Formats: sequence, C-alpha cells, structure tokens
Amino acid sequence: MLAAMLILPTLPAFGQESARRGVVPYEVEGDGIVRPLTGAPGDPNRGAALAADRQKSLCVLCHPGPFPDQHLHGTLAPDLAGVGKRLTEAQIRLRVVDNKRLNPETIMPAFHRVTDDPTVAAAWRGRPILGAGEVEDIVAWLSTLKE
Amino acid sequence: MTRGQRLSAWLLLAALAAPLALAGEIPRDQRRSGADFMAPETRAMQADDTANPAMLWVLEGDALWREPAGAAGQSCADCHGDTAESMRGVAARHPAFDEASGRPIDLQGRINQCRAERQSAEPFPPEDDRLLALTAYVARQSLGLPADPPDDPRLVPFQENGRHLFERRIGQLNLSCADCHDDHWGGRLGGAPIPQAHPTGYPLYRLEWQTLGSLQRRLRNCMTGVRAETPSFGAPDFVDLELYLMRRAEGLPLEAPGVRP
Ligand code: HEC
Ligand code: HEC
Ligand code: HEC
Repeated sequence: MLAAMLILPTLPAFGQESARRGVVPYEVEGDGIVRPLTGAPGDPNRGAALAADRQKSLCVLCHPGPFPDQHLHGTLAPDLAGVGKRLTEAQIRLRVVDNKRLNPETIMPAFHRVTDDPTVAAAWRGRPILGAGEVEDIVAWLSTLKE
Repeated sequence: MTRGQRLSAWLLLAALAAPLALAGEIPRDQRRSGADFMAPETRAMQADDTANPAMLWVLEGDALWREPAGAAGQSCADCHGDTAESMRGVAARHPAFDEASGRPIDLQGRINQCRAERQSAEPFPPEDDRLLALTAYVARQSLGLPADPPDDPRLVPFQENGRHLFERRIGQLNLSCADCHDDHWGGRLGGAPIPQAHPTGYPLYRLEWQTLGSLQRRLRNCMTGVRAETPSFGAPDFVDLELYLMRRAEGLPLEAPGVRP
C-alpha cells in the first residue's frame, strides 16, 4: 500500500474545468484525504440511506454490510461492517472519492471523478457519480461503523 | 529430437500460445450455462416446453416459415424445406462470415438478409416479434448441439475486436464485461448471481422483460447497467461481440429459446 502511494504523483491539480463539472478540489495525503470536501459536516443518517440505495450510490451492488435488505447485497467486495475501525475517516474518504488512485485495477468505481471517456452514456457524461455533499454523508456514516 | 529439444520446443510453443489466453479467461471445463445460476423454478420453466413461454414464439416461427412473403411470393420453406434438416446446427455456427458484406453476420442478420434479398420483402425492424419468432424457431433446431464457431481465418480480426470490446472498461462505472463475467462469475451483484455471459440461450424469454428478446437486447442491458453508451441494434460492434461470446462458449450446448430471470 505504502509503495503504491509513493509512486503516485502528487495530486494537487483539479482544473477549474472539473470544479465546474461538480468535482471539488481535494488533496491526497498519504493514503487518505484529510480535509472534508465540503464546509458542512456529513450527515450519517443521510449517508446510511444513500449507501443502501442501489440505484444512486451502488455500494450494495458489490458490498455486504449493515444494510436493511440483506439478501439484496453483493459479494464482490469487503464487508463494510467495522470499516470505521479498520480505516481512518481520511482513508475512507479517499476510497469513496477515487479508489483507483490506490488500486488502478479495482472494480470499485471512482465516485467523485469525471473523465473524458467517450463510452460514458450521454446522460451521465461530465458528472461524477456522487456529489461532494453525498460523499461526505457516506463517509460520515461509514466512520460510525465501528464493529 | 532429444528430450531437451522437445522440452524447449514445447516451452516455446507454450510461450507463443500464452498471449492468446486471457488473464481471467474461463477454462473450458469450467464453462457453465447461465441457466445453472438460476433458481430451480426458472430452470424447470426452461426445461419444460409446455411451461416455457418462449415456445409461443417458436410456434409462431413455424407458421411464418411456411408463409409466402414479399415480391417474390416465396416462403422460407420453399427454398429451405424441412427445418429439422436444413437448419440443424445453423445457430451453433453463427455468427459466420458473410461474403456479401465481408464481415460476420449473426443469425438474425442472416434471416433478415434472406427476407430482404431472396424474398424481396421489407426487413424486420430490431426486436420485431416476427424476427424473434423466426430466429427462435431456427435456433431451436440446434437444441443440445455444442456451440461450434467457424474456424474461418477471415473472422479472426472481428473476433479480436469483440474480445477488445469485452475487455475494455466502459461507462461511468468504468467496468468491463470481463470484470464481471470472467473475473467475478458466480459472485453476486446486488443479490443477482453473475453468470458467465454465454450466448447459447438466445433469443430467450426474460421474466424482467416479460417477452422474448435478442442477445443484443441483453448486451444493451449490461451496457446501460454500467452507464455506457449502447451501439444501435445491428451495429458491427455488436456482431463482433457476439462472435467473441460464441468463441468463449465453444462446446456448450445450445439451449435456445431459454428463460432467464
Ligand atoms: C463495482 C463494485 C463496487 C462498488 C459499486 C463499490 N465498491 Fe467499494 N470496494 C470494491 C472492492 C472490490 C473493494 C476492495 C478494494 C479494492 O478493490 O481496491 C472495495 C473497497 C471499499 C472500501 C475499503 C474497504 C476496506 O475494508 O478496506 C470502502 C470503504 C468502500 N469500498 C466503500 C464503498 C462505498 C461507500 C461504495 C458506494 C458509494 C462502494 N464502495 C461501491 C468494490 C465496489
Ligand atoms: C457489473 C457487472 C456486469 C458487467 C460489467 C456486465 N455484466 Fe453482463 N450480466 C451481469 C449480470 C448480473 C447478469 C445476469 C442478470 C440477471 O440475471 O438479471 C448478466 C447477464 C449477461 C448475459 C446473459 C447470460 C445468460 O445466460 O443469459 C450476457 C450475454 C452478458 N451479461 C454479457 C455482457 C457483456 C457483453 C458485457 C459488457 C458489454 C457485460 N455483460 C457487462 C453483470 C454484468
Ligand atoms: C429464394 C430462396 C430463399 C428464401 C425464400 C429464403 N432463403 Fe434463406 N437462404 C437461401 C440461400 C440460397 C442461402 C445461402 C445458402 C448458403 O450460402 O449456403 C440461404 C441461407 C439461409 C440461412 C443460413 C444457412 C446456413 O447454413 O448458414 C438461414 C438461417 C436462412 N437462409 C433462413 C431463411 C429464412 C428464415 C427465410 C424466410 C424468412 C429464408 N431463409 C428465405 C435461400 C432462400
């Protein structure tokens, strides 16, 4: 993990271009993002609901976790139960924002990133999967999952 | 050859062959039909002709086969006779190379080609019930035969394009077909088992659609699922992808028209 971080370029730059398209600038420190993406703190209750929403956040498509509909979750990724104990809030934030910075091969989508990939359907082009506020809500909820 | 020479010749061969195998490609003895991943009730529905809703289309296809159409006033039967004989194995070796267009053509495309060129009739639009019915009827004549993609060197570049389309990451979710169907088959995506993506049951009745649909319709569902642009029906990329899927499924028995959740 550490080795992976060392070869990553420093990541300051988010042109105004991406800011305009709904991706806020952030700074990666180590394997995390320490500073929240928004001024207002995330709301763990909203985050819980959003994380369980298979259409909007998609988390349950891959992850098991403390979700209401147990039979509807995926088995392609680690259980999110206890993630707040395993990882710091900063580490969780980077994984939700753009896990591909840590592991380019991962199947986990980068939730707060916009690319110029022409294969993206027109309806979704130029938009991140989750906005900054949504990321913070989910991070706030995940950080409460201590067991 | 000495033993050492034989060994190094073998190693060389193995090294040459290696790049042809995908990282996550499914070994032949592990290939499984999508039906294997279904609930027992759905499997039973597919296995029983009186319960399989797709058989209605097969019946309609049987009627259409005999019906004269177009300016030529000829039926499929007029030229092809008894399907059990003339169409046996045809679905198992499509897509095949089409001389006229110089590229692969799938079974639906072939049927529409006969309709346009030999019957001089208006080709059926995509997902038209009559086209699905004729395709299901023709495909049914290969029931149980192993998928047998043609070893035609002219198909290779198209099959390679199909492989490329299967392996490249697409859409807002940035996932490839291979991410799910080579590397995570048998896992669950939001509760649904991920099958290996074999084309051997198509056209098929999907309970979610409440109707018969083509393989291309299924592929569009997966593309939409990762929030990617979908090629239009009949697009060359679709046929190349179908060709690659058929190669991946080589040896699996055909089961069209199938049933899926
Ligand atoms: C397409 C599948 C997929 C989706 C959708 C997905 N993830 Fe992941 N996630 C993974 C995989 C696989 C990993 C394992 C790490 C890796 O691949 O780099 C992972 C890892 C994580 C981790 C680190 C877990 C740990 O214990 O180290 C967190 C946190 C996480 N995901 C949160 C989320 C959240 C929150 C969402 C929804 C907003 C989400 N994931 C959506 C596949 C997915
Ligand atoms: C995120 C995972 C995922 C991705 C990516 C994906 N699929 Fe699928 N695919 C599925 C699931 C899950 C099903 C079964 C759906 C169901 O039963 O509701 C499926 C079904 C299929 C089937 C039907 C198999 C059968 O037995 O009827 C085919 C064919 C297929 N996919 C091809 C593709 C192709 C080609 C791509 C790339 C363009 C692709 N899929 C991308 C998850 C995926
Ligand atoms: C006027 C005669 C004629 C009519 C009418 C006709 N076809 Fe054909 N069809 C042909 C010929 C000729 C071929 C090419 C055989 C070959 O290339 O080996 C062919 C090829 C095919 C093939 C590919 C067979 C293979 O072995 O690969 C299919 C499938 C097919 N026709 C279906 C149909 C259907 C369905 C209809 C009715 C909608 C139809 N045809 C109407 C003459 C006809």
